[in-house]
Amino acid sequence: MNIPSNIITLVAGIIVTMISIWYGQNHGLMPVAASEEAIQVDGLFNLMVTIACGLFLIVQGTLVFCLIKFRRKQGDTTDGPPIEGNIPLEIVWTAIPTIIVFILSIYSFEVYNNMGGLDPMASMASHHSPSQHQHHQPMLAMANQSQISLGIGDSPDENSNSPVYVDVNGIQYAWIFNYADSGIISGELRVPVEHPVHLNLRAGDVIHAFWLPEFRLKQDTIPGQDATLVFTPTRIGDYPIICAELCGAYHGGMKSRLYVMSETDYQEWLQENIIAQTQEGVNTVAVNTSEMSDGEYLTPYAQEMGVNQEIIAQLRQIQ
Amino acid sequence: MTAAISATKQRKWQDYFTFCTDHKVIGIQYLVSSFFFYFIGGIFAEIMRTELATPEPDLVSPELYNQLLTLHGTIMIFLWIVPAAAGFANYLIPLMVGAEDMAFPRLNALAFWINPPAGVLLLSSFFVGAPQSGWTSYPPLSLLSGKWGEEFWILSILLIGTSSILGAINFITTILKMRIPDMDIHSMPLFCWAMLASSALALLSTPVLAAALVLLSFDLIIGTNFFNPAGGGNPIVYQHLFWFYSHPAVYIMILPFFGIISEVLPVHSRKPIFGYRAIAYSSLAISFLGLIVWAHHMFTSGTPGWLRMFFMATTMLIAVPTGIKIFSWCATLWGGKLNLNTSLLFGIGFVSSFLIGGLSGVMIASVPFDIHVHDTYFIVAHFHYVLFGGSVLGLYAGVYHWFPKMTGRMVNETLGRIHFVMSFIGLNVTFLPMHELGLMGMNRRIALYDLEFQPLNLISTIGSYILATSTIPFIINVIWSLNKGTQAERNPWRSLTLEWQTSSPPAIENFSEPPVLWSGPYEYGIDSESIESESVQDLLTEVASEG
Ligand code: HEM
Ligand SMILES: [Cu+2]
Ligand SMILES: [Cu+2]
Repeated sequence: MNIPSNIITLVAGIIVTMISIWYGQNHGLMPVAASEEAIQVDGLFNLMVTIACGLFLIVQGTLVFCLIKFRRKQGDTTDGPPIEGNIPLEIVWTAIPTIIVFILSIYSFEVYNNMGGLDPMASMASHHSPSQHQHHQPMLAMANQSQISLGIGDSPDENSNSPVYVDVNGIQYAWIFNYADSGIISGELRVPVEHPVHLNLRAGDVIHAFWLPEFRLKQDTIPGQDATLVFTPTRIGDYPIICAELCGAYHGGMKSRLYVMSETDYQEWLQENIIAQTQEGVNTVAVNTSEMSDGEYLTPYAQEMGVNQEIIAQLRQIQ
Repeated sequence: MTAAISATKQRKWQDYFTFCTDHKVIGIQYLVSSFFFYFIGGIFAEIMRTELATPEPDLVSPELYNQLLTLHGTIMIFLWIVPAAAGFANYLIPLMVGAEDMAFPRLNALAFWINPPAGVLLLSSFFVGAPQSGWTSYPPLSLLSGKWGEEFWILSILLIGTSSILGAINFITTILKMRIPDMDIHSMPLFCWAMLASSALALLSTPVLAAALVLLSFDLIIGTNFFNPAGGGNPIVYQHLFWFYSHPAVYIMILPFFGIISEVLPVHSRKPIFGYRAIAYSSLAISFLGLIVWAHHMFTSGTPGWLRMFFMATTMLIAVPTGIKIFSWCATLWGGKLNLNTSLLFGIGFVSSFLIGGLSGVMIASVPFDIHVHDTYFIVAHFHYVLFGGSVLGLYAGVYHWFPKMTGRMVNETLGRIHFVMSFIGLNVTFLPMHELGLMGMNRRIALYDLEFQPLNLISTIGSYILATSTIPFIINVIWSLNKGTQAERNPWRSLTLEWQTSSPPAIENFSEPPVLWSGPYEYGIDSESIESESVQDLLTEVASEG
């Protein structure tokens, strides 16, 4: 058969495009998306997977084709054709990546902006948060209020439900959540669905990173420097909170959970805990890590990390 | 050995253990010692992977895991890839430009001899409690976990950094000043261009790392507070200084192997390199852009929103010169007469795996996506595709290509191909599943993980065993070929670059007659008769020396 090569190229092009588009939508690589922000990031990721898949198939296809087609025949010592360049071709393959990265940059910028990455309020620690009045006046000299804060702030189209403000403190090897409005202190984070959650992140000792995989959000907590994370959970459920920055030997055990609850469940929990915590003793306390050996500490790898009495007592003092 | 054959007088094995100023000896010294450290770094990697076969931290303690992790990363970067590249450069550059030696031979020997003590110092940190804060050594963690281990680490990096600055000065001067008169800058081999770009980067960025480490060491030892927040210091400043070096460092590591690939592909596919100037200038573009992208390692740390956007744009731009290289390599293969020996297989494997690392690289340049995967196994997958696929495979392509030149013996192709196939399979089985682990939620630098991640981790661990065993045929091959391999001709690949005009292995003074430039470095298929046989070569050399 004698098929003109440009038809073969066209057919191959269509097949590659179709595979890429299909894979871009159906790769199933990401965990569930539990917020608006996460859905947007996934959209961006899908586009990137599509493009990457296309380029992958084209380049690998070329390599495999060359391996098979242009293999030297036994005893052939001649050279291939001396093609040293091809200006139009080179312009095309310079232009294509340029256009691709241009599109990806703009799209990424859009998503980042929608997530609230460029929110001026997130870049200013003079947040109108009710928790403001009780920011610990820090032992660290530089955590002054005028300093730029980091992270992701309100997205431009933030919904109207009342936000939940929580102060998060990362310490070796636990997360401590301090509810600004109700004064609850806990080792886990509980928030109502569909309400914006404003986290104010800080670190007590070394750098940690607060990561919510299902929300595609991560922010380092840096000693002496505040950071903000704002997101709106859209899906009831419980999700891991992971420390993603090497923070010492037990970094791998620094985990907690985020419970996204229905409005009523959340209110119930709030009431119970306000009572419980004002009555001395803390119900949310889980494990006292310092009393366990390394082995005991690490074996229940999936175990939720909690906060011990001492830490909470310390925190109360600081305030 | 009699005086009569002094033209091809060879080094004795003892010379390789002395302060010898011959660039070829130094090149081999670099290569052999970096292979030695590669095995140590590899053993550490295998211990880590074995630990990660199960979710529990049962093989090594979490502290030891972090120590192995830190030393694995440090060794692989500072004692393996960087010095191995320096080894090739030392061996090849003077030969490629037709010089007798490097511009500063003593400096060259000094640069090498700094390395082994630095390596020993690094390893001996195990006796004082090895560093455990990762090869990045971020304060304040690095200030808290074990003072002396950390200090050993700093000192050894400072030594290696000094060595690489000295090396860079030598490479730049040799390339720019020692070429034979006929060779203008646009007819020198692309490996020289790559080393030029890489050395310029090393020269510009290494001092910044040194500054960061000296300050860190002040914080550590005399209690200053440059980076220590407890005393009012700023740990983010360390990150800026560190990455100002360490991002360019990945290009310092990879550019030489881009250069090697640009040498290997044309010879074995019998075609001119496609787009010589595009490849040469894209190396320079990469090294320039490489200097203004460092904060992409800090998207989730102390970087304000607008700055993240700036660094996103510059990082993405690097895809353009890198893409040009990949496409040009493919076009070089296209229509050639591919001699699928081990060297070319590693070359093609290099392009294929580096492509994967490059594609994930563009993805993580995108801030919203990087926020999700930063410090996860997705990143571990990405940089191993770049460093293993893009550096180690390139390095092997170079070893197989220049082995006849360096030793005067041919390698065994069968063992070579087994080595390639195992490396290539092992590489992908080890590192491909890590992408998904990271996306799912597995963070890096942990000795224990959730049960749900076990299947993929197990696959990865099995892959790492394949990778580790793949070095066995290689070692056997090298030892066997050194002693029993068939004698190599001066130019077994019929290559056009100058290093092949001298005997294999080259005489002590490199060229017995001054080399002549009979063509550009890659003019395959143009005037093929002139290199058809060695006798013609000899004729040419004779004519040149008479004239
Ligand atoms: C036998 C093949 C290899 C295996 C199985 C392997 C495995 C690993 C593992 C398990 C980690 C820890 C990842 C983490 O938790 O963050 C790691 C880290 C690392 N590896 Fe490899 N690796 C291999 C080869 C290499 C090579 C060839 C290089 C460089 C040329 C390299 C450079 C690094 C670096 C820079 C780190 C980061 C260390 C740190 O975070 O401090 N590895 N590797
Ligand atoms: Cu942590
Ligand atoms: Cu951590």
